[in-house]
Formats: sequence, structure tokens, C-alpha cells
Amino acid sequence: MSTTWYLLVSAVVFCIGAGGILVRRSPLVILLCLELMLNAANLALVAFSRANGNQDGQIFAVIVMVVAACEVAVGLGLIVAIYRRKLPVDVDELRELQG
Amino acid sequence: MAEVVFFIAAIGAIAGAGGTVVLRNPFYSVLALVAHLLCLAALFLLLRAEFVAAAQVVVYAGAIMVLYVFVSAYVGRVDHSVGPNPGPGLHWTAWAFAGALMVELCIAVLGSGLTVLDTEGTGFFPGFGSPAELGKLLLTRYLLAFEIASFLLLVAAVGSVILARRREGLEPAGTVSVTDLFSTTDRTGTIDEHEAGAQLESGGSPKR
Repeated sequence: MSTTWYLLVSAVVFCIGAGGILVRRSPLVILLCLELMLNAANLALVAFSRANGNQDGQIFAVIVMVVAACEVAVGLGLIVAIYRRKLPVDVDELRELQG
Repeated sequence: MAEVVFFIAAIGAIAGAGGTVVLRNPFYSVLALVAHLLCLAALFLLLRAEFVAAAQVVVYAGAIMVLYVFVSAYVGRVDHSVGPNPGPGLHWTAWAFAGALMVELCIAVLGSGLTVLDTEGTGFFPGFGSPAELGKLLLTRYLLAFEIASFLLLVAAVGSVILARRREGLEPAGTVSVTDLFSTTDRTGTIDEHEAGAQLESGGSPKR
């Protein structure tokens, strides 16, 4: 299979994730769509790594996974905090920032 | 053979991604994302990235998705519309933007002059993408990135615990403020010394 096929799959998944972030209103699903976009980027990185016969892209993919794990931990912590405060778990409602 | 596996895994990955976005119940969205991640791991195996595929299954589909399942079970079904619906116009505009992005990406991929993209890729050596090779790279050439990533994980773990910890009887419901993330004062009122000593021995206030 040529690398182009993998890149096309990656592009499709990335755009589905981007559309999901724009459309959905639940923060939980928005985090899931963010995961989709990060995974699409990972697929492109690994595909280029294979195309060039160079493992650096795979290292990059592993680091991206670590960053995704951190983002999930903080994001889910925020969702739990929002839920405990009995705020609406809806990104359209949560538009005011207060320090 | 590789083509068959590729198309099965690619269709599974795209279907899982679509299911994540389309399904109304967040719990089913999480399950669709798990299917997507497993198909992506198959694609990684086809690309000779054994370690990344294994990490994908163990870390993503194993650990992170369990976190999602717990939170979606805790928060419950939250996708009912709370406020006024922004209307179908905005909805379709969003999808039009995503479609435009995809057209742009496809033009970039298909129209690029890189001849390497049309081939299977240059040769790989035995052990390409194996844990041993990646471990060598991580601990020599990419040591700084490795250490920064570990520190980032530590910060994120501590931060999420502070964010999501249980606070006793504060806040009028309706606001989340930054200041009470850092407030460590006990709001349980006065406790006499005897009780405080007992709490210290038992490892902290039982009400937290």
C-alpha cells in the first residue's frame, strides 16, 4: 500500500474530528473528537516514518500519546469539577470566564 | 493480503470516527472510539510500528478509555440540549468547514510532487519500530523530550487530582473560580484538639 492511502485515511479522520468539535456541545464528546484529531496526526506521523525508513516519526507519535494522556486527565478533571458544581455540562452554556 | 487488511482497518477506523461524532449517547461514543483505536493499531502494525501499536492498545484503548467510561458513567447523559438550539444553519456551516478542510488536505496529499508518497516507502531494517530500537532512540537522542514528557505527566496527574477533588460545603452553586483551587483551608469548622489529633493519626480529615 502506498503512503498516500494512509495519509488519506488520516485526513478523513482528522476532518471528522474537527467537524465533531464544531458540532457537538458536550465537553466529553469534544474531548473524544480531540482524541480523533490527535490520532489522525499520529497516523500521518507513522506513515511518514515508514515512507522514509526513519524511526523519528514513531518517537514523535509516542510523545503525542503522552500529551494526549495529559490532556485527557486535565480535561476529565475539569468535567468532573463542572459537574460537581451543578453547572450545565454544555459548552454553549459555559461561555463566561471568571477568575 | 496487506491490501485486504488495510482496507478493513481503514474502513473500521473511519466508521469508528464517524460513530464517535454521530452517536447521541456519550457512552456509545466512547465505545466507537475504542473500535477506532483498535483499527488504528492494526494500521500501525501494517506500517511496521510495533511498539506504537502496542502502546496504542495498552495506553489508549486500555487506560485512557477506561477513564472516559468512568466519567461518562459518573456524569451521565449530558447531551440533551440545555440552552436554545443554535439551529441547523450553524450545524451545516460547521460541517461545510470540515469538508473544506478535507478537500484542502486531499489536494495537498494527492497533488504533492513527492514521489516517495506513491511508493511503499524506502526499505526498513530488521527490528524497525521494535521496542528495543525505539527505547534506544528515546534514551539517547530524544532524552530531553522523554524527560519533559514524564514531567508533563506528573504535572497533569497532580493538576487533575486538585481539580477534581471533593470539597466540603463551599461555593454557592454556579461558579468555578480559580482561587478555590488553591484554597487549602478546612471548611469543616472548629474541631477540638483531641479530634484533630485522631485525624492526624488516621491520615487526615475524614470529611475530605
